[in-house]
Amino acid sequence: MSELLDLNLVEASKALKNKKITSLELTNAYLKSINDTSLLGAYLEIVEDKAISMAKESDKKLIDGTARPLEGIPIGIKDMFCTKDIKTTASSKILENFIPTYESTVTQNLWNDGAVILGKLSCDEFAMGSSNETAAKGNVINPWLKNKKMSPGGSSGGSAAAVAARSALAATGTDTGGSIRQPAAFCGITGLKPTYGRCSRWGIVAFSSSLDQAGPLTRTVSDAALMLNSMAGYDQKDSTSANLKMPDLMDYLDKGIKGKKIGIPKEYTQDGISEDIVKFYEKSIDWLKDEGAEIIPVSLPHTKYALPAYYIIAPAEASSNLARYDGVRYGARQEASSLDEMYELTRGNGFGDEVKRRIMIGTYVLSSGYYDAYYLKAQKVRRLIKEDFENVYKKVDYILTPSTPTTSFELGKKQDPLTMYLNDIFTVPASLAGLPGVSLPVGLDKSGLPIGIQLIANSYDEPGLISIARVLEMSAGFDFIADGAAK
Amino acid sequence: MNDTSTLKPGHIQGETGIWEMVIGLEIHAQISSKSKLFSGASASFGSEANRNVSLVDAAMPGMLPVINEFCVEQAVKTGLALNAKINNVSVFDRKNYFYADLPQGYQISQFTKPIVGEGEIIVDLNDGEQTIIGIERIHLEQDAGKSLHDKHPTKSYIDLNRTGVALMEIVSKPDIRSPQEAGAYVKKIRSILRYIGACDGNMEEGSLRADCNVSVRKSGEEFGTRCEIKNLNSIRFIIQAIQSEAERQVDILEEGGIIDQETRLFDTSTGETRSMRSKEDAHDYRYFPDPDLLPLEFTDSWVQNIREKLPELPDSLKKRLVKDFGITSYDASILVEEKDYVDFYQQVANGRDGKLTANWMITELFGALKKDNLSFSESPITSENFGELISLISNGTISGKIAKEVFSEMMKSKKSPSKIVKEKGLEQVSDDTEILKLIDQVISNNQDRVNEYLSGKDKLFGFFVGQVMKLSQGKANPGVVNKLLKEKLK
Repeated sequence: MSELLDLNLVEASKALKNKKITSLELTNAYLKSINDTSLLGAYLEIVEDKAISMAKESDKKLIDGTARPLEGIPIGIKDMFCTKDIKTTASSKILENFIPTYESTVTQNLWNDGAVILGKLSCDEFAMGSSNETAAKGNVINPWLKNKKMSPGGSSGGSAAAVAARSALAATGTDTGGSIRQPAAFCGITGLKPTYGRCSRWGIVAFSSSLDQAGPLTRTVSDAALMLNSMAGYDQKDSTSANLKMPDLMDYLDKGIKGKKIGIPKEYTQDGISEDIVKFYEKSIDWLKDEGAEIIPVSLPHTKYALPAYYIIAPAEASSNLARYDGVRYGARQEASSLDEMYELTRGNGFGDEVKRRIMIGTYVLSSGYYDAYYLKAQKVRRLIKEDFENVYKKVDYILTPSTPTTSFELGKKQDPLTMYLNDIFTVPASLAGLPGVSLPVGLDKSGLPIGIQLIANSYDEPGLISIARVLEMSAGFDFIADGAAK
Repeated sequence: MNDTSTLKPGHIQGETGIWEMVIGLEIHAQISSKSKLFSGASASFGSEANRNVSLVDAAMPGMLPVINEFCVEQAVKTGLALNAKINNVSVFDRKNYFYADLPQGYQISQFTKPIVGEGEIIVDLNDGEQTIIGIERIHLEQDAGKSLHDKHPTKSYIDLNRTGVALMEIVSKPDIRSPQEAGAYVKKIRSILRYIGACDGNMEEGSLRADCNVSVRKSGEEFGTRCEIKNLNSIRFIIQAIQSEAERQVDILEEGGIIDQETRLFDTSTGETRSMRSKEDAHDYRYFPDPDLLPLEFTDSWVQNIREKLPELPDSLKKRLVKDFGITSYDASILVEEKDYVDFYQQVANGRDGKLTANWMITELFGALKKDNLSFSESPITSENFGELISLISNGTISGKIAKEVFSEMMKSKKSPSKIVKEKGLEQVSDDTEILKLIDQVISNNQDRVNEYLSGKDKLFGFFVGQVMKLSQGKANPGVVNKLLKEKLK
């Protein structure tokens, strides 16, 4: 069994195509892992029968030579993606019994390419959170230092934990302000948020429509490339989807970094960032320099306004996007004697505190009399942040930053929402600018927790992002496995 | 009460003087589109409840709106037809409020950047006068669903068939000064919408509805506080509601009160308006740009292309009818009211007597349809048959009087007029010998009156004509009868 789990996605795919292993063996190994690591709480729903039947289907195709790019690869799906006939709750009580009759475009793309579904992965409720603690069904435990019960990060905490714990060969995530990159950093794996518009949002439960973007969480950069190849693509059903063909990312893995200019923004080395992270950030700069990159100090002057702007724009959109959970047509409904009372009880009971907090913030900032001071100003800040990046990309090709200011923290320790929001300080600016970013593990801190470094590319330069990330990955040579991972 | 008969329409005589109405209209016109504004579901009327509902309309999680380009084109077409500025960039906003028949919890509309800006139209009033009414803007928006409160003692039912159907909201400037002007304005807008095919204008089915903003003031003063009367679905109700609302406001002001800005409903049973919600209860809609949709952008050449495809519109058509067919401007304005009328008219009048055609259409055809409670499209008379009738009158085959008889037979049997004339033997008799026979008969039957006439009682001539016509069963050509009688009675 363990050899099967040792294979990363690219290796497993090769082994499947060379008929060294079958998808059924691989899928069963992962189903067993899910069972072995169930205490981590990464999965909300396991679809064993479906997994096995899809694996058998894949094995037929592998045999008859019609294998598709992800043929037979067992993956987990963040519960924000609507999956046909499989419960989709967005980790919220308000959708606890919701079974979509439709499949999100991104997951459909994955099934069309032969991937096998293992189940649905926990996340923060409606993807609002940075610790996976807002999930209605309870915390997910980071497989690193598992006895200390560390947070896997969020909101794609279940996805990151499952990949790190080897209970999924890869997973999908969604990233609004860092929800792929931060948990990837916390769990010692690779998490890639593509350019806004690369992956269709159709069928993904909406949190903040102008920011939400799906992406892969994987063990390696190559795995991320293979996953994103399948996930991305233009979709007429999403008006904000980019009508641009993405080249095959697997062709960009070994392009190297020679002559590339890497920007080091001075605003990302502030107080409050942990020493170990600073150390590995500096190491990463050196590694890239050693590989032939030109390191250039740059400035993104409006960075400090990114987080406040984000916490206005995202809640504003969320307050409107979540209005549809009203108990009228689907989801939980609390019976009451009047319509208003039904709304109050349904939404009062159905949403958790963090979601309610953001709905209230969002409602407030859009209210007449406050709109200009908050929402409109935040949009102006967003434009300035975009311009910051545009200016910097005139001088450099990629930007290197830490993924998070700290490594993972113990569950239940960060009670103050503002401290929690600071987790996203390095990931939010790229989200506001719609730029692709990837976090990959480069080392462990003193306590043995993974450290993530983020690379940010210009719009639609996922191919370049992959090649630079691959260089950093090779230099860092991160080959640690979480103590809580399936054996 | 004061004598109001001399007051101008839109004026109200109060104790303190004459009050003037200030009216602005928001017309909600459903776009004639097969599918909804942001989903592929059918927009047809009258389906079984909740049959025309897509995942998007029901606001299922993760569903996204995609703009229906046909609807955008109709709005641009409408803007061009109303001589309005087309905004090459416009933005969809979310109007947020909770209601059971609003699945998304917001209506997608256009708030700060509508698709069409300012324009103006010429409105024909009943007295033949014209006035110009300004258009403030036109924006695209989704319709809401329908709540049914009378199906169950404690529950409400929801029908989402209308949810997401494309509407244009056409907002006038506060340029309207009387209920009659408001009615004429709606009529004109409806007519233009039908000409260009952007909306079927069917007020009974709710394809066209209006919200009326009404205030009163003394002439020359600033605008007063306005009240909005919601959701009026007939021109008659619009006129009644405005009149009654303005009178209510005058009563309050005359007694030293003030008008509360509020939303009101028109009660068709009492003919009065009543309060729906006050300004304080007004929703804070928290408008913001819909992040699911990109701004609508189009090029000048795209707009130009639509402009070139616009059909001839009522105002220019009216001028042309006066010029080409020599009819009065008043008749022309009636004929251009509906595209169906003018198409029919032109088919008939081409190569025939335009004035005669107009008279017959407006007086006889419209009159008969109204009497039988039929709409124009339900008319039993085709343009071919109607044209034939006009020809039969023009070439003297039948007299005007007989024509009326033929016409009423056409309404009943749908037969062609020549067939009716033949079957009933109604051809006009113009032959001298035929008519002389009749004259001889009348003379011999009325010898004493002939003597009276010959002794100077000239007035009796009409009596003889009448007798001859009667004897001919109306078929004798009156001109010939006149001529021959004069000769005979010399």
